[in-house]
Parts: sequence; structure tokens; C-alpha cells
Amino acid sequence: MARLLKFNIFRYNPQDPDSRPHMQEFVLEEAENMTLFIALNMLREEQDPSLQFDFCCRAGICGSCAMVVNGRPGLACQTKTADMDTDITLLPLPVYKLIGDLSVDTGVWFREMYQKTESWIHTKKVFDPGQLEERMDNAVAEDIYELERCIECGCCVSACGTARLRDDFMGAAALNRVARFVVDPRDERTDRDYFEIIGNDEGIFGCMGLLACEDVCPKGLPLQNQLGFLRRKMGITALKNIFRRN
Amino acid sequence: MQTFYSDLLVIGAGLAGERIAVEAAETGAAVTVLSIVPARRSHSSAAQGGMQAALGNCAMGKDDCPDVHFQDTVKGSDWGCDQEVARLFADTAPIEMRRLAHWGVPWNRVVPGKSFFYKGGEKFEKYEEPEKEGLITARSFGGTAKWRTCYTSDGTGHAVMCTMDNRCAELGIDVRDRSEAIALIHDGETCYGAIVRCLRTGELQAYIARATAICTGGFGRIYKATTNAVICDGGGHIIAMDTGQVPLGNPEAIQFHPTGIVPTDILVTEGCRGDGGTLLDKNEERFMHIYEPDKAELASRDVVSRWMTHHMRQGKGVESPYGQHLWLDIRHLGDQHISTKLREVDEICHHFLGIDPRTQLIPVRPTQHYTMAGIRTDRDGAAYGLKGLFSAGEAACWDMHGFNRLGGNSLAETVVAGGIVGRKVAEFLQGHDVSFRTSLVSDAVAAQEDRIKALASCRNGSESVYKVRSAMQDALMDGCFVFRTGEGLQQAVDTLKEVYERAGRVGLRSNGRGANPELAAALKIRGQVRLAQCIASAALARTESRGSHTREDHPERNDRDWLNRTLAYWKEGADVPELRYEPATYVFEIPPGDRGYGGGKIIKADEPK
Repeated sequence: MARLLKFNIFRYNPQDPDSRPHMQEFVLEEAENMTLFIALNMLREEQDPSLQFDFCCRAGICGSCAMVVNGRPGLACQTKTADMDTDITLLPLPVYKLIGDLSVDTGVWFREMYQKTESWIHTKKVFDPGQLEERMDNAVAEDIYELERCIECGCCVSACGTARLRDDFMGAAALNRVARFVVDPRDERTDRDYFEIIGNDEGIFGCMGLLACEDVCPKGLPLQNQLGFLRRKMGITALKNIFRRN
Repeated sequence: MQTFYSDLLVIGAGLAGERIAVEAAETGAAVTVLSIVPARRSHSSAAQGGMQAALGNCAMGKDDCPDVHFQDTVKGSDWGCDQEVARLFADTAPIEMRRLAHWGVPWNRVVPGKSFFYKGGEKFEKYEEPEKEGLITARSFGGTAKWRTCYTSDGTGHAVMCTMDNRCAELGIDVRDRSEAIALIHDGETCYGAIVRCLRTGELQAYIARATAICTGGFGRIYKATTNAVICDGGGHIIAMDTGQVPLGNPEAIQFHPTGIVPTDILVTEGCRGDGGTLLDKNEERFMHIYEPDKAELASRDVVSRWMTHHMRQGKGVESPYGQHLWLDIRHLGDQHISTKLREVDEICHHFLGIDPRTQLIPVRPTQHYTMAGIRTDRDGAAYGLKGLFSAGEAACWDMHGFNRLGGNSLAETVVAGGIVGRKVAEFLQGHDVSFRTSLVSDAVAAQEDRIKALASCRNGSESVYKVRSAMQDALMDGCFVFRTGEGLQQAVDTLKEVYERAGRVGLRSNGRGANPELAAALKIRGQVRLAQCIASAALARTESRGSHTREDHPERNDRDWLNRTLAYWKEGADVPELRYEPATYVFEIPPGDRGYGGGKIIKADEPK
């Protein structure tokens, strides 16, 4: 006989006037190679069809299914039940607006972040379809890709002490995004331009250095290194600004 | 109810949809893009391998050019493609890759000097020329004469998707996530937009537009075993076919990927084999070179999937609780290669199989992967049957893939077709104004409200949507998988007729309020069964084997009778589709011939009956 898993799942449908926030218990027999993706779908199809949660690629690539699993933000699709105790508590990510049950609105948060960080290549060059591509060192291309691997699951922000205290903190995902453009030679922005975006408490100087962002990142991004890198760069820029003013 | 107006409504925010949006927005059009998930979660982002474009920069791609790319594409399609479209694609692809580089894609670049690569488990040496240093490089993929697949490590789709979405943000394009189109607004001749269900609140909204583009990707989720994301459920195809005017092109053309992992069917990239990975049987022996001495593991996907299935039928498969499978071996590629160029594969092995691909074998088997089938469009991306409706990407049958798609051609298609169709949409908008009765919109909304009420109140019955869906998936797995027979297909057609009736009796068990997921599934179940029936019926009618469509009772490719494209219409009140046919291509740059791999007899076009 396989193990019986006991799920404690947060339930609340803000669109339903009869709904009240509460924890609901479900029991499910464990199957071989079961992940939370498989388990939650079984619960929805067999026990409660109103259960809300998000999955998309179910392969750890898209970031849809982030939730708080036994107190820790992570991707449900790549969480194997075999690695867990039989008591499993699932909560929606904090910080983001709740859509229902385990589903939260990361989309709006990240879209605002693109606008704040101006998340695109700033260049005056115009594309010429008749020309060869501009050359780039392969090592540089790989460095850029390393920082572009973020899947915007939102775990880092949910685990962040500052983000929990203040709504305007940009969080590790945004700072990582800025770092991606800083290392890209195609982007013509200067350090002073970046300072305008992140040289304040909403950005680089708001971080308390608790390191949770990097701990929970399912892609293993070096978020703290990037933060340190930007902080040094912005610190220098801030000093230069002081001298320039004098 | 809220009503929104724009020049162009794009349904689907993957690469094809956003590329069209960018192109149209650059001409000054007001564009709204709808997506059921945040744009970057689109299935485009899961593509690991790369995009084909004949740049000819790397050593193994020397002397490559669009002509060779065109030939590979036509051969790969088993002469089922529209050759004018394949030509347009091959010629435009290099420009689009360079444009993506300009917008910010970190393509891997040529590193000069000596390096090693693997082919069929053997080690070879190559030399990259110094004058090519820093240009976009390429890797090998199945079915191609040259190394032509541009890539960024093994996150090409993700990297390009980020760049495209950044470009949308830069242009201020209105991308609305958690919005699902559930019906088109049309009068039987012209499309005026869509009725949309907000997946935050459950409210219905009307989006009116002068042009509408459906770019919702494939519909692999109607199969039980698929590599597709859970959002690839045919929503876009369903609303187009529901009009009764728009046909599905080549529904029988469904691709099976050789390397879905067992049991979760998550894809491991073809890059594994391209970079030198091999397929092994239960004795840990290679077998592909026996069947395909020249291409071996790098024959096209339909061929590899068939030989794998054949080999397992010969008793050479590995037994498991989930049925037979084979092994993919990338151990010899080494830690450096696996932890950089195949890192996603490494992570998938770790998270979903609990194995280390440096020392252990990966269990794989063929799995549904891609729909060459799609909303039939002309060369400009305009859908047959409704003015003002367009489609591009996997959702469309444009048709550059014919009966089998080469790896790396679909990801490239998203941006190449997106660019071309986007320009055509912009031209269309210049000369197209609409006027329509407002009752058209209110009637469309009322019809959808009524459907929702019927489902929530169990007016037509109380069948479980999940059970009906499961029955449909089983029918396709049994009758319409890698190998097909007349008998099996007839069985599938009959079963699906019953399933279709059950789909009409679905009712909700939950209350359907808010962003209710059961309602989302129930709203599309009838349409999904129609798609499944289109596959089965068209496959039963097509008495030949071409590309991925393999009839064991008709093993020959029959150019005499079947050098054509299926058009499946679903007329109101019907319980099976109406099948019509059109020539596969009106222009032959290369006449039908042998693909050079995969074997099989060909009945020539001029052969007497």
C-alpha cells in the first residue's frame, strides 16, 4: 500500500461572495514518481474541480507554478512527493495579488517591472537587413544568457524581507534584469542612467542582504552576486555624482 | 460588460503573436495582445534547441544558403508543403535571426580554432575560421544537410521570448494576460474580434478589432502523452472552426518526438542527438544505424519515432511500469558540455527522473509533439473563409512543414512568419474599414453567457469534463499515434462520435464562479473532440504514408492520388467533419522525389492506376 498524503491547501475565491479564506484538507494516495503537478491535478479532477492553481510547462521552464510548499517558495512541478513528509501544506505566494486558492497574479507585477527597469536594449543603431550581424564575443553572449535565465516565477520576491515590508521594492528579479543589460555591450545606457533607475531604496540600497532570494531561486541564479556587482557600480556612480555636483 | 477597441487583436502572446504585434505596432497600428498566461510563460519559451536559418557561419555550416535550407524543408515535409511558402521562409530566416540579434538575443557565437564534436557516439574534430569569429554560430539538427540551427545554450525559446516581450514593452503594446478568447465575433464573412473570458474574474469582455490574428500554438493536449504545455489545448483552433467557415489544414499531420522522457513526457531536446547523443535498446546497443546507415539518430523525427516504435515491437524495448521505452545516451558528451549546452536536459533529468545524465541513461519514447495541422491560411497568413482573420506559428497551417516538420524550423517559423504576416496585416489595415451591427456583438456575448449558464446549471447533463477529455485522449492514443491502420482509425472515428455526444452533456460540479478552472475546461471540450475527430477522419481517408502520417496498410507514399492538402470543415449541426482537398503546392521548385532517408516505396504522380 502506497503512502497516504495529507494536503493542507489554502482556499479562497475572492470572486465568490460566499467564499472565506480557510485551509482545506485533502487525502490522496501517493503514486510512483508523483510530483505536486500530478497530485494537484488529481485533486482537481477527482475531488474538487473548483481548486485553483497554475501550471503551464510542468517541466520547470516557465515559472507558472510557484507556490509556498511547506513554508518555502518553490516550483510545484519539480517538487517530488517522495522527497516529502506525508503532511504537505500549500499556500499561495505572498507579495502578489491573489487570484484564487494557490493562484497569484505575477503577470502584472512583472510587466510593471519591465517598465520601471526599461527592460530592453537601448541603442541608437538602426537595424539594416542588408548587413551581417554585429559580432559579439561568445563568452559575452554566454554571460548575458546566464542572467537571462530568470523564469519570473516570483519565488525570490516572495522570499524577500524587504519586498514583504515595502511595496515599492523592486526585488532581486528586477535587479538581475538590470544586470543583464549592464553586461550587454549592445545597450548604450551609462552607469548614471542605471543609477536613475536603481540607485535608491526601491532598488539597490533597499536590500537587507538576507540572501533568501538566491536560496529559493529554482534556476540557481547568482542573485546575490549581481546585487553586489550593481551595488559596487552604483556606489561608485553615487560618489561621482557627489563630486560632479561640487 | 467591458468592450475594448483596437486595430489589431492578437490572440496568443507567444513568439508568433508578439512578432506580428511588433510588426503591426511599428506601422502605428493600435495592437492588443491576449494571453491566457503571462506572455513569457508561452510554450515558445520551452523550446530548447534553436532556430534554423542558413547563415553559413560555422565550419559545419560552410556553403549553406537559403537554397539548401529550402530543399531540406521540402524534403522534410515529404513534398507536402507549399513550396512558395517554404521558399519565402528560407530566404527570410537569416534576416530575422540578425534582427533578433539587434533586438537583444544572446545567440551563441563562432569561437575560432580547433574543437571537437560527436556524431553517432564518435568523436570528430572541426576548425572554425578566424574571420568568422563573433558571428552567429549553429548546431546540428535532424534532417538537415548543414549545421544550421542558431541557438543560445539550450534556452533558445526562452531567450528569444524574453527579447520579443521586451520589444513589446518598449513599443508600449497592450499585452493582457489571463484573458482567454472563447468565441470569434463574425457574420459568416468577416471577423470583428472576439468574446473573451477574463481568467482573473471570470467576466466576459468584448474585443472589437479591424483585424484578428490567432497565434495560440499547437493542440497537443488532446493527446494523453504529449510534450506540450498544459495551455496547448487548441483554444484558438476551436474558435476558428466554430465559425463553420475556417478549415483546419492537414489535421492528420501530427508529429511525434523521439525523446519524451518516461513517464512524464517532458521533452529532452533534439540537441542531445544533434550534439552526438545516441539511442540505445535494452541491451544498451545502438540500433538507428541499422535502419538508417547514413543519418542514424539524425534522420528526421518521423523516421526516428517510427524506427524506435518498430524496434520496441521487435522486443528490444526496456520494460517499465509505464510500458516499453528506449534509452538516450549522452554520457560521452562530458560534464562541461552537459552543464552548459544541455543544462535544461541536466535539470530535467535531475528534477523529474532523479538521475545524472553524465553517468546514467535517460528513458525515452516517442510522444506527441507538434501539430503541422492548423488554421489554414494563404501565403499572407490570411485564414481561409473569414476576411480580417489571420494566423501564424504552430496554430497555422501556412504551410511550410507539410507532413513532417524539421527540428528548429518551427521556432524559426514563429518569428519569420510573424514578421511576414505582421507586414501583411499592416497592409490589410491600411485599406480595410469595418462597420457592423452592434447586435452582432451583443448576440455573440449572449450566446456565450447562455453556454456558461447551461454548463453551470447542468442543463444538458452532468458528464464530468475530465472523464470526457480522458476518453478523447485515449481514443487518439489508440488509433492516431505513430503507426495507423484503417481498422484502428475507423474505431477511433466511431469512439469519438460517442465521446462527442458525451461532450454535449457536460455539466459543472463546482459553482463556476470567478476564474473557475472547470468552466474553462468545459467551454472547450466539444471543440477539442471536434479537433480529435478531424485527425481521425482525415487520417482514415488518407490511404497513403507521408511524413508523420504512417498507414501500415498503405505503406507507400502515393503522389498519384495524395499529393494534396486536407481541408477539414465542421459545419453547424454535423457530427463529423467535411473533408475537402487542394493541391499541396501550386508551384514546384523541386519535383517530388526521394527524401534520402526513411525508405519506403513511392507511387509517382504520373504512374497509371
